[in-house]
Amino acid sequence: MSEVNDRSRDIGPFVPAEDDDMIICRCEEITKGEIRKAVHEGMYTLNEVRRFLRTGMGLCQGQTCGKLVKSIIARELKVSPAEIEPATSRAPMRPIEMKIFAKEAKEVE
Amino acid sequence: MSKCAEVVIIGGGVIGCAAAYYLAKEGVSVIVLEKTDNIGNGASSRNGGGVRQSGRDPRELPLAMYGIRNLWPTLSEELGVNVEYHKEGNLRLGKTEHHMEILQGLTDRATACGLDVRMIDGKEVREINPYLSDEVIGASWCPTDGHANPLKTTLGFYKRARELGAKFYSGETVLEIKKIKGKARQVITDHDIYEGEHIILACGYESRAIAATVGIDIPMRKELIEALVTEAEPKMFAQMLGTADADFYGHQTEHGSFVFGGASGMEDVNKDNGMQATSSLTAPCICRGIMKYIPKLADAKIVRTWGGYEDICTDGVPVISKIDEVPGLIIACAFTGHGFGIAPTVGLLLSQLAMEKETVLDLSALRYDRFKAVI
Repeated sequence: MSEVNDRSRDIGPFVPAEDDDMIICRCEEITKGEIRKAVHEGMYTLNEVRRFLRTGMGLCQGQTCGKLVKSIIARELKVSPAEIEPATSRAPMRPIEMKIFAKEAKEVE
Repeated sequence: MSKCAEVVIIGGGVIGCAAAYYLAKEGVSVIVLEKTDNIGNGASSRNGGGVRQSGRDPRELPLAMYGIRNLWPTLSEELGVNVEYHKEGNLRLGKTEHHMEILQGLTDRATACGLDVRMIDGKEVREINPYLSDEVIGASWCPTDGHANPLKTTLGFYKRARELGAKFYSGETVLEIKKIKGKARQVITDHDIYEGEHIILACGYESRAIAATVGIDIPMRKELIEALVTEAEPKMFAQMLGTADADFYGHQTEHGSFVFGGASGMEDVNKDNGMQATSSLTAPCICRGIMKYIPKLADAKIVRTWGGYEDICTDGVPVISKIDEVPGLIIACAFTGHGFGIAPTVGLLLSQLAMEKETVLDLSALRYDRFKAVI
């Protein structure tokens, strides 16, 4: 049974910070300020922030920024990062050209 | 403790979020209940983003046409989120004479409903999209079709509805709808009880089990479909692509990546471990399909694949209906894999049903009690 997450609970207002321009997701060039703002707009999970802003959707698939994004979301929600579920991992592990991926079976030319 | 609103919506997908938005905009109090941890976690975030009229059943075509005329063009401004809507046409491609017959049939049915769609030959196809291979001998062309970003559309409806006061709870599994004095009134979850004057049931395939708690059945099944996305590429083309064979569909997003969906042909027997997991056979199969139509993409890198469930209705179009036997209950499900493009229209129609207003479109062809046995 998962925890109920009330999306209208008071997490306080969005307060701009000096380091809001810092780039967190390097592949998609998403800043700390954008992530913090998205949380205040209702994106309370890593998957939601990812779908809303594209954090972790670039070439590294969040292997670099995943933990940073998680801790930023946790701090805005005033919870422990351990309470934030990781984003879904997806195949393939590394980016792979279509023409190579297409040859997964031996009999295929 | 019970939590009350004028309308309780079961399902935090694009349909539920859109309905919540159109209700909240009219000042109606709304509660939305989502079973998983994430808003828009089902098909809403797992589709190809088509906003298309061509190829649709005449029973649901008016919903698509209404949305493209009246709702999609201003949606980004309304929601304060760029939903990346592009109305740059849909090419449904054919490679064989048999394909062309299928396309002709679809085109004839759509033009009879007043849609601007026509058959074009291979030369004209490549004038519209020069990247398509010589294997393509023709297509149906609907210039008013297009695509949008399903993730941002779903979360945009959620964000705006939430700003307007709609209450959203994720992690709430609905177990039962309970009638009081003959009317749908309570929604029982694994944690709480919610109460509403109207209850909208819009949670995909899971709607079936919940509808059963008030004696209603919607004949549908679920099927896992898969999609993949490439790294960002330079801008190549803006149309939505599909095929007569339905072996793949997709488009290039505003971001530059290509999103393609497709099938391995073994969807009926996909291993269902409840996780919407991808099969190792499907993505390579989609790649082979794409390369035949768009050879230039052979070097594009795939960065991600995903799977998601469609709720497939036995007759191929959704149920969007009030329920006579259960006053107060409205069901919207069984979208059969083409719900995203009509989601804004459906959200508007559901809000009108829940407010007891006359709907802007006639919904009698999508009633819950239309299913009849063969003999």
